[in-house]
Parts: sequence; structure tokens; C-alpha cells
Amino acid sequence: MPPCRKDSGNHAILSRLSIPFSKVLFFRFVRLIRFVPVLIVILGLTISWSSFSAVCAAAGPASKPPTGTPSAGATPAKSAQSQLAAAEERTAPVGHDQGPSALPYVPAPPASPTEVKAIDSPSDHGESITVTWVMSHDDVPATGKVTGYAIMRCETPDGAFEQVSTAPAQSEEYLDTSVSEQVKYSYRVGAICGALVSLSSVAGPIVARQQWFDARVMNLLVIAIILVSAILWFVFQAGRGKKLFIRRISGIEAVEEAVGRATEMGKPILFIPGIQDMDNVQTVAGLTILASVGKLAAQYETKLEVPVSRSLVMSTARETLKQAYLSVGRPDLYSDDMAYYVTDEQFGYVAAVDGIMVREKPATCFYMGAFFAESLILAETGSSVGAIQIAGTAMPTQLPFFVAACDYTLIGEELFAASAYLSQDKRMIGSLKGQDVGKGIAMFFILFGSIVATVGSVSGNSSVAAFTDWLRNLFRLNF
Amino acid sequence: MLRVQIPLIITFIVGAALIVAVFVPHFPFYEANENFSVYFDLIAVFAFILGGGNLLKIHGDRIWKKGRDWKYSMVTVVGFLAMLIVGALKIGGPPGLTGDVSADGSWFGFMYDAIFVPLQSTMFSLLAFFVASASYRAFRAKTKEASMLLVAAFIILIGRTPLGHYMTGWLPPELQFLHVPNLSNWILSIPNMAGQRAIMIGIALGIISTSLKLILGIERSYLGGESK
Amino acid sequence: MAEDRPSTEERKPAARKDVIDVLKAIDRRIIFLLIALAVILPLIFHLVFSVRTSPIVQAIFDKVEALPPGSKVMVSFDYGPSTVPENQPMAEAVCRHILAKDLKLYMMAVWATGPPQVEVLATNVIERDFPSKAYGVDWINLGYKAGNQGLINAILLNLKGMYTTDVHGASIDGFEMMKDVQNLTDMSLIICIGSGFPGVREWVQFAGDPGRIPVAGGVTAVEAPLLYPYYPRQLLGLMGGLQGAAEYEAAVVKKYPQYKEHAEKAVKLMGPQTVAHLVIIAFVIIGNIAFFGERRRLTRAKKG
Repeated sequence: MPPCRKDSGNHAILSRLSIPFSKVLFFRFVRLIRFVPVLIVILGLTISWSSFSAVCAAAGPASKPPTGTPSAGATPAKSAQSQLAAAEERTAPVGHDQGPSALPYVPAPPASPTEVKAIDSPSDHGESITVTWVMSHDDVPATGKVTGYAIMRCETPDGAFEQVSTAPAQSEEYLDTSVSEQVKYSYRVGAICGALVSLSSVAGPIVARQQWFDARVMNLLVIAIILVSAILWFVFQAGRGKKLFIRRISGIEAVEEAVGRATEMGKPILFIPGIQDMDNVQTVAGLTILASVGKLAAQYETKLEVPVSRSLVMSTARETLKQAYLSVGRPDLYSDDMAYYVTDEQFGYVAAVDGIMVREKPATCFYMGAFFAESLILAETGSSVGAIQIAGTAMPTQLPFFVAACDYTLIGEELFAASAYLSQDKRMIGSLKGQDVGKGIAMFFILFGSIVATVGSVSGNSSVAAFTDWLRNLFRLNF
Repeated sequence: MLRVQIPLIITFIVGAALIVAVFVPHFPFYEANENFSVYFDLIAVFAFILGGGNLLKIHGDRIWKKGRDWKYSMVTVVGFLAMLIVGALKIGGPPGLTGDVSADGSWFGFMYDAIFVPLQSTMFSLLAFFVASASYRAFRAKTKEASMLLVAAFIILIGRTPLGHYMTGWLPPELQFLHVPNLSNWILSIPNMAGQRAIMIGIALGIISTSLKLILGIERSYLGGESK
Repeated sequence: MAEDRPSTEERKPAARKDVIDVLKAIDRRIIFLLIALAVILPLIFHLVFSVRTSPIVQAIFDKVEALPPGSKVMVSFDYGPSTVPENQPMAEAVCRHILAKDLKLYMMAVWATGPPQVEVLATNVIERDFPSKAYGVDWINLGYKAGNQGLINAILLNLKGMYTTDVHGASIDGFEMMKDVQNLTDMSLIICIGSGFPGVREWVQFAGDPGRIPVAGGVTAVEAPLLYPYYPRQLLGLMGGLQGAAEYEAAVVKKYPQYKEHAEKAVKLMGPQTVAHLVIIAFVIIGNIAFFGERRRLTRAKKG
């Protein structure tokens, strides 16, 4: 008789717990906390809807482009070559010293920008120099006298300056990315007013160099060190024999009975390791599960088919299966044709696999890896031929389709945990505990950050708001 | 066991170097970061030959021995060879290595537009039918959570069509939060995103852990070795 | 003969099927047939609903409206034939709006299947509604380059270094509209029409955020929820699926009614989508009626 399909509900959850819980205490606890989510939902509905409406209202009209972006959104100024030539010819407005009736009025040139500095951009591989300046006194939005800034550069201090770009008015920084390493550059910045350009003093010479550390990702380094240390610690602890508890996952427990079902029915097992290549971790995770499934199939002498979408995956799947069959002493059952290439093209692949399902009617289908739109097509076809289906993917957009159409689904990280469960290797189980440290940190900061942001938003306190911004920036990635 | 040890050593060195490259923009790490992804693409391109050869072997054997469903294999081989020859020889289009394979008038372009595109669209359109059959089969109000899911699904299904505006567009401004499209957007933006983010956090941690196991050689079953 | 007569067990009549049994096991082919009719009939009978633009889509429209004539807009075609029904109408609506506003339209692709969609757009939109727009002066097709997010990162700093020619192989320096373009920061707006990786998220992460360039997106309905966190700080607007495309078309037609004839592809498809959604809802309700009916029957059988 085919194994039962999935069940749900508290009784089912309870039956899967392996630690010695008191059932009475559990149900009482559940009854009490049931009211809490309802209250939170009502409160959250009110607060989130009001903030959601406010955000939509604020975002409705077109936002102005940020200031300081070089040339973004501004009408490009005339070429500064001609402007520089004009500026070098006349440094005083023509017409003011003569009779007003004789010559047309020409405005005075704008004040030049001051405190121009050129520094080697930090945390890069020597591809840019940052030029900063203090805006011209005439750069006032109300008058619009200054229309932009000309960025002039030369490779020797006494050489001819050439324009490299323009920056919009109201800006005080420019990132020059057209530099070469080990070349000395000097800069001047000119305030543009029509045909007139007032140049600053020379800044430099400066050389762009490669840095040994990207300080912008310091927060990433800290988090990485914490997580890697936690994972390695638990791996070490597990290696020393410490017993670590992990919860049971019904999808993984069903693997053996699913293989048994195929054996009883005399039909093949179909294993799909996703449609991505070996550079995707999900594909590697899928193939580690294939190793366990291969061992079971070899023990039960069940036919196993692995159609793949990438050639490298085919080679790896063959090695995996060969070793799996060898490890249980059944190399005679292994054949290279078990894992075969179909096509790289997404829908061509799913058409081929659907055809295999409809013609060969496998009893068990495994979908373990990265999937896209073809997930539902595969799962529904498998369901139509009466196969038991176990899926696992870390693609959030495809999880709902697998949950709806398959019997068991490994959600997200459960796919990566499956190899540890199936192999029962202590060190691999230890690595799962290490992940819990990361989850704990994430949960703490989500809760703490939400509380602080809510308090700041409701109270309007500027200190709390500033702390919230600081906390947000702590986790911002600045690549 | 060198067959497993050497790939493990290479995995460790390359993995560690690429992790360091994220934090160190200096030579040679920055260049390594850019170059290794190109190296992988090069290997994958050569692997096409492997895959193509395997395809011809499997289906060729089946046709030769008139095995099960050999007629489908014939279709596969004919289609494969037709596109390959037409594309490689650039029939109907500008010749030579730099000629555009899908230029106007080329046979490859015609086959792409007339055969490949409609087939791809057809397969994708199967989703519309399968969503309906999967919904009919799977959406049962067995528990309170499943009932909530059903209600949310109904709201989003109606909210993503003009019908949502017609149904609740008459509501006064004070009750606009009950307007179906607004409810639909709220469900997608708030509870749905909360769940997705939680799953993504778990996935990210899983990827870190798995990658670490692969780099350190703890997980090696994909190489054909036992996990150590 | 006695052995020919069926046994007592075999002679029991089969249980009569009632409504619940029928509703519980509707053949999949009937579902498929009704879905097909739900899509085909509204198309045949031209069932069209009026569409209102939501704020998240209106934000993109307002941004394009606010740009002064001559502003540069980059549109990236990052999708393939499989998502053309969702992505192509939004691409056409956006490009039609850009050209109607006399903005400069720069088109490129980070997907290899993008350039053919640009050619389709050129035929459907530019040649049909804007025949006076000149190639290289008002619009240009830069084509596809490999590199995924690496390409976006590269052209943020140096576009002409990556794109030395347009899609037809002509030198980029020979086009008037490329003369004052050095990199992506010269663009006033980037709009990515995408359906996967690389797509809108990569444009936000590798162009919008570091270059401080406004980015808007148009994606399939499945992918839209993943991008809501980026709105409105990093993504100024988002068109999600056919509904999003229809909303943008409605906004364009409202402001520029002269393009109504060819500018309502997605609006016309909302009819079939609406009817198909109603059919799905009906089947879900039928399935639940069967489920509760079966449960009641079992409860009665236990009590009985």
C-alpha cells in the first residue's frame, strides 16, 4: 500500500517531536498563545495599513533626483573646452567698463569653487580618484547662476588641463573612474555660468592605488566571522561526540518509504537535480541527496533515472551514483546511462521530463535543486501519473507551487540540511546547529529593530530615530 | 584516493581565495574574482560537447536498436542536428565566424521565431492550466491556517483583476483599507514578504553552512567520496 | 453453472455516486477545457474592463512625465520569449510614453533573448506610432552583452568601453545621442523589464544604489512580491505582471489618447485574466464543497 500522503495540524506536529514534551502542557500553551497572534494581527493591521498608505502617498508623485549625482537628470552643460578657452580669454565681464549703450551686458564670472581636494578613493582596486570641493558662493538654487562644475584633469602639474566630465550644480564631489594606476593626476574644478568658467586652484598630484582591505564591507566581515566560528565550533563539538538535537523533517523521513514504494510497485524513481549548473549551491545540495537516494535504490535494486539540464551536472551525477552503488556493494547495477543530458533550455527540458513521466510512469519523483517556472509543470504531471513527490528548493517563488502540488516539500534551508539528515554524519549535523546561531542573531535584531523603529515612529523622538537609522546602516551593504 | 583529494584541495584553495576577494580589492584577489567566473563559463561551454555527445549516444542507441519510444528519439536527433547544422553553417545569413547567426533571412532566425518561440510559449502557457488543477486539488480548508490561506488567495486573485475595483470601489474613503486591490497589495507587501524574508534568511544561512562544508571538504559526496 | 455465477460479495451493487463524489473527482481535462474557454471567449467577445492605475505604477508614469524633453532614459530588456505576454506590453507602454515625451530612448539587454524583443518593439511602437523618430538621434538599440551583473557594474563606470558598437555593428561614436553619454550616471532614469536573473534587483544593486540613479522595474507577477521591499526607497516604481502593464497602459492612454488604438494590449488581456481567475476561484470553492460534504458524510457514517 502506498505510504500515506502528508498530514497537518497540531497532532501531526506533535507526533513528529522527538523530545519528551508533556502533551497536556503543550496543548494548554497552544490554547493560550492562540489569542496573542490575533491581537498582534489586529494591532499590526492598523499600524501597518496606516504606514503603508502613508508610504504609497509619499511615493506617488515623482521624486526629485538626488543632488550630487554627476550629470544625472541635468541638462548637460556646454563643452568646457570652449568654455575654458573663453574663460582664459576673458576673466572680466565685457561691457561694464564701457558705455552701457555701446556693448551688450555680460554677467560677471561666478566665484570659483574652493578647497578642492583629490584623494585616492578608499576601498577600491585603484580604479578611481575622488575629487571634492566647496561649492562656489554663486551656486545658489534661487539664482541659478552656476549651472554645473567642470572637472579638469592633467597628468602632470604643469601640463594642459583637459575636461573629463561635468558635475551638476549643488554638488561637491566627483568620482573620476577613468584613471590609470600609478599615473599622477592633478585636478581643477571650474564653476560654469553660461560660457564662463571660473577655475579653482590645482589639487594634486595624486595616484590611484589598490587597497588591501575594503572597509565598506566591514560589517559583512564581522557577521561572516561570527557565523563561520559558530558553525566550526559546533562541527568540532559534534566531532568530539557531543549529542546535538535536531528536529525531524517529514520530507526527509519519507525518502526511504518513497524509494520502497517504487520498489514494491516495480516502477522507476525519477530524480531531478534542478535546472541550474554546478556553480549553484542548490544543485550541489541536490546531488548530495542523490547520493543517499542512489544508495537506497542500489540496496532495493530499483531503477533510477536522472535526466539533467547541464552537462557538468551529468558528469557529477554519474560520479555520485557510481560511488553510491559501489559503497553498498552493487556496482553491477550501475550504468552511465542512469544520468543523461537532455537540454539546457528550460522548457525543452521540462517537456522532455514530462514525456518521461507520462510514458514511464515513475512511482516516485524527487525534485531537489533550483527550479523556476517549470516547477509546477513538473509537479502537476507527476501528480497526474500517481507518483509520490518529494521536492526541495531554495527558490522562494517556487515553494508555493511545490507545497501545493507535492506530497512533501523541503523548504529553503531544509534542502541544505537534508544531506546531514540522510548521512547522519555527526559533523554535518553540527553544522546545522551552527546555523541556529545565525538565526538567533537575525531574530534578535529583527525584534529589537522593529521595536526601536516603532517607538521612534510613534513617539517622534529624534534620538530614537537617529538610533534607528544607525542600526539600519549597520546592516547596509555598501558595495 | 587522489581522485577525491586533488579536487578537494583545489576546492579549498579557490573557495578561500574567492572569499578573501570579497574583502581584499588588491591584486590578485580582485582579478581572481572576475576571472574565475569566466573560467567556469569556459568549462561549461566545453561541457556542451559532452552533453551533446551524450544526447546523440543515448537517442542514437535507442533508434538503432528500435528501443522503446524510438520515434521520439528520432524527433530529438533530427531537431538537434537541424538547428546545429543550420546555425553552424549560418545558412541564409551573413557567413563567417562573426556573422550574426540570427540575422534577417537566416534559417536559424526563422526556425527560432517559427518553432522555438511558439514551443517555449506553449510550455509556459501550460502553467495556466496546471495552476487551476493544482488549486482545485490542493486548496482545502482543512485547518484554520489553510482557511486563512484560502481567503488570502481569493483576495489576491480578485485584487489582481479589474473586478476588484468594481466590487469595492464604492467604499467610502474611511473604509478604503477594505478595497480589494488595496488588501491584495497589503497581503503581498506585508505578511507575504515577512514570510519570504524569513525563508530567505534561512536559505542564506543554509548556503553559508553548505558552502563552508564544501570548501573544508566535510561534504564530499558530490565528488563521489564518502562524507568525512 | 454455479461457477459462472458471481459470488455474493461480487454481486453487491456499486455504491451510488452522489453530487459530492462527482465534485470530489472532477476530471482534470474538464478543468483544462474550462480554463481554455475562460481565456478564449473573452478574447472573441472583446470583453474589456477599465483599469485604474495603482500608486506603485503611477510613480513610474509620473517620473517619466516629469522629465524635461531631451532627458536620457535607459530601458533594459531582460526577458525571453516565455514571458513576452507579461513583459512585452509593459515594455511597449513605457517606450511609447518615453518617445511621446520626446525623451532619448536607450535600449539594451543583459539577457541574450532581449534584442529580438527590442526589434519587435521597434516594429510595433516606433515604426507605427513614431515614424519621425530617427535612429541614433531619438532612440538606439545597444544590443546584448554577456556579463550579467558584471556588465551593469562595468557600464555604470564606462558604458562606451563595453558598448563600442550598437546592435547592428555601427560604431557608437557615430551616433549623435551617444556623444554626451559616458556612463550610466548620464541617464535620468533606468527602467528594467525583467523576468528573472539578472533583472530588476541587479539593476538596483549595481546601478541604482551605487550610481544614485532612479530605477524602475517591470516584472512578471510571480517575481513582483520579491521586489516590494525595494519600493519606494531603491525602486521608484514597479509594474507587476499583466495587471501592472495594463495599469501603465491605462495611464498612458489617459494622458495621450491619440495612441489608444495600439496601446492597450494588456488592458484587452485583463478580460481573459479576470474570467480565468474567477474560474479558478469557482473550482477551489467546488473542491471545498466536496471536501466538507465528504467530511460530513464520514461523520454521519461514524455516528450511524
